Amino acid sequence: MAEYLIKNGFVYDPVLGIKGDRTDVAVKDGKMVETSALSNPAEIDASGMTVMAGAVDIHAHVAGPKVCVGRNFRPEDKLFRATPQAGIKRMEGGFSVPTVLRTGYDYARMGFGFVMEAAMPPLYARHVHEEIRDTPIIDEGALPVFGNNWFVLEYLKNKEIENTASYIAWLMRMTRGYGVKVVNPGGTEAWGWGLNCPTVNDPVPYFDVTPAQIVRGLIEANEYLGLPHCMHVHSNSLGEPGNYTVTLDTLKQAEGIAPRNEFGREQVLHHTHLQFHSYGGESYASKSFESKSKEVAEYVNSQDNITFDLGVVTLDETTTMTADGPFEHHLTELNHLKWVNTDVELETAAGVVPYIYSPKTFIAGAQWAIGIELGLFSKDPMRTFITTDHPNAGPFIRYPRVYKWLMSKAAREDMLDNVLKYGDSVRDRCYIGEIDREITLFELAQMTRAGPAKALGLANMFGSLKPGMEGDVAVYPYNPETSEDPEDIERAFSNARYLIKGGEIVVKDGQVVSNGNKRTFWVDCKVNENPQVERDIAEKFKRYYSVNLANYEVYAHHYVPNPYVIEVDATQ
Amino acid sequence: MATVTLKPIKVPDLRLEADNIKPDAFAGKKAAEIADLHVYCGNSQYPLGEFFEVAGEGGATAAETEVVIDGDVSRVKYIGMKMTAGSVLVKGNADMYVGAWMEGGTITVNGDTDAFAGMGMTGGEINVLGNAGNYLGAAYRGDWRGMQGGVIRVAGDAGSDIGTFMRGGEIIVNGNVDVHVGTHQEGGTIIVKGDAKSKVGGQMVEGEIYVFGDIEVMMPGFQHIGDVDVAVDGVSGRFACYKGDMGERHPRRKGETIYGKLYLKY
Ligand SMILES: [Zn+2]
Repeated sequence: MAEYLIKNGFVYDPVLGIKGDRTDVAVKDGKMVETSALSNPAEIDASGMTVMAGAVDIHAHVAGPKVCVGRNFRPEDKLFRATPQAGIKRMEGGFSVPTVLRTGYDYARMGFGFVMEAAMPPLYARHVHEEIRDTPIIDEGALPVFGNNWFVLEYLKNKEIENTASYIAWLMRMTRGYGVKVVNPGGTEAWGWGLNCPTVNDPVPYFDVTPAQIVRGLIEANEYLGLPHCMHVHSNSLGEPGNYTVTLDTLKQAEGIAPRNEFGREQVLHHTHLQFHSYGGESYASKSFESKSKEVAEYVNSQDNITFDLGVVTLDETTTMTADGPFEHHLTELNHLKWVNTDVELETAAGVVPYIYSPKTFIAGAQWAIGIELGLFSKDPMRTFITTDHPNAGPFIRYPRVYKWLMSKAAREDMLDNVLKYGDSVRDRCYIGEIDREITLFELAQMTRAGPAKALGLANMFGSLKPGMEGDVAVYPYNPETSEDPEDIERAFSNARYLIKGGEIVVKDGQVVSNGNKRTFWVDCKVNENPQVERDIAEKFKRYYSVNLANYEVYAHHYVPNPYVIEVDATQ
Repeated sequence: MATVTLKPIKVPDLRLEADNIKPDAFAGKKAAEIADLHVYCGNSQYPLGEFFEVAGEGGATAAETEVVIDGDVSRVKYIGMKMTAGSVLVKGNADMYVGAWMEGGTITVNGDTDAFAGMGMTGGEINVLGNAGNYLGAAYRGDWRGMQGGVIRVAGDAGSDIGTFMRGGEIIVNGNVDVHVGTHQEGGTIIVKGDAKSKVGGQMVEGEIYVFGDIEVMMPGFQHIGDVDVAVDGVSGRFACYKGDMGERHPRRKGETIYGKLYLKY
């Protein structure tokens, strides 16, 4: 395989502690190496440019049935947005729900090497993997959802952590899943009764277990197994005014639990799109609604076993999609736009609704502010990751715009003064106007590379340019010494000059030149034999599932043709 | 006002996609430059001049530019798409998407238009002297933003699904219309001077529909609330007034629930 020497760029690497030094970076046979290990490398001149490891996205909805529903029921999302086939690239389409091809190409152009699909309904895991397989270039994994699963609800009602863990290990193998995702714990199941679980203490109908028990039980089961990623939660009452207390109650479930794994992961709970969960007040009106980002961030700062991602609202017309069925119903009642709702037997549910975050409304402006505030209030960029909960708060292609807002007070002031119609109310009801902090490029590398890689248990592969790591290198046309205009940040990080992925050049001179060699990551967790769980599985499939057990598994040869399997031994 | 005349010289094998045929694209250009603008035929791109002989030149702005198509363009789509000002005259028939998403100016088609004329338009005027096809002034597939402003007049008949997701503006059809009128309508006015078949105002939230002739089958979700004497597009008369669609949500403003109104002339 090829050798590359990326010369003379401004390098940012949190793991190596490099803060913009002008230095050379070397790739050989798919991995990062010392420059001395190269014999006859192709040279890439990165002078005047910024060099980082390939970026890692910890939470995006990019593959599977609800994404596909979004594409199908929003033809208008593709209107005037198709790009014809060119070179090795196939046709691209879509904006908030892009085609799988555009998804891969856009991530590559933004310098990403790994993306985690954040919610895989187990029954439809095959669909998720088919789309992952067809998404070029980027390595991906998918998190099956557990927070409303009948097995989990029954085991955790009886505090059976070992059985929960055995079931998790089995389901991860069946679905070729990567970790434990929880969406509106208990609330989505309650939605089957037309109800919800608005707080962590509301018992799930019939199952009589609370969200608090589900969250804590799944954290314990996750650590029992020692999985690479920690438990990954979207807590109850997403998007509701006053929900920050529910969020704090959820985060507190992690108190006293220490990480137990062999992957260098130091946290036990990841809270996703925290922006949607940091609201005060009693309604969306500017006289009541307020930001509670400071209160939530202060709690996160005070605990060292929690990570989170932002979920920044980008003020676009987008498509919301979540396993939080009741929330999507709530949204369609608000905006009267089309709605898809589905139940996934025994496991979960989902809804999809288009949504316009209009800068002409107070609430969208306040949501924008809260997401940015969380990033700025957080004291530890290694535990704070940049997302837009794609496509829920905005499309992932807006990440570079989020970088700009985080990195430039002037850009934020411009939003408040010139873009938001109710900028003054937003200043008044949120903290954004009082914050001077500007995220540095080093911190950006922590929030988009080293941090998420570590939280996913992939710190030995991604997030750094250290010799031995995957050969994922992004070169951005951004000169930290001369660039002054915040727009340069957005422009440069939207289109990397080069992306080397797995040691191969996939973006050259800003153009996608290869479809790469994408892999699907999944976690194969060995557990002791558990006759009770085996019996329960057989019984549930016989009595309730509409499919046979034999038709449930994601068979690797077809659905996961290029796997990267992480093995975990939880038998001890 | 400067006039650009396009004379069709070749019938395309496939339908031509020519959203460049509009005053905005022609303004400030000489005939040769206009002939050089691109059109699509299937997956291939051609100069406009391959299919049209171009005479005259554009005015300084779109508003000062008149486009005359001297012949039949029933295989040319997107004429006047997104135009903001000026005028287009088609002396024959035109294909789909005439004046789609147009914002201003005037389009006159002496013959018929195919489907999707005036789709999503926000302003301006479309006059069809022949018949109009389906989805007149409707929304793009999947979109909830149909016609939002401007006026469409059809001298003959119109097809099905006119004014779907209409939110503003006016559609006036002198003749008859096919099924599905003002489906999901949330504003604006549809006037049908002939007969309508069925599914008139289905899922209508607000806005107005006037039918001068008969509606073959009424929607069950409309309630008769009285009779009114009104003048509609220059015609005075007594109309039965219905509110609906009662199966649909309706906004409240100033303490009052707003319904769609369907008027049927006696
Ligand atoms: Zn999400």
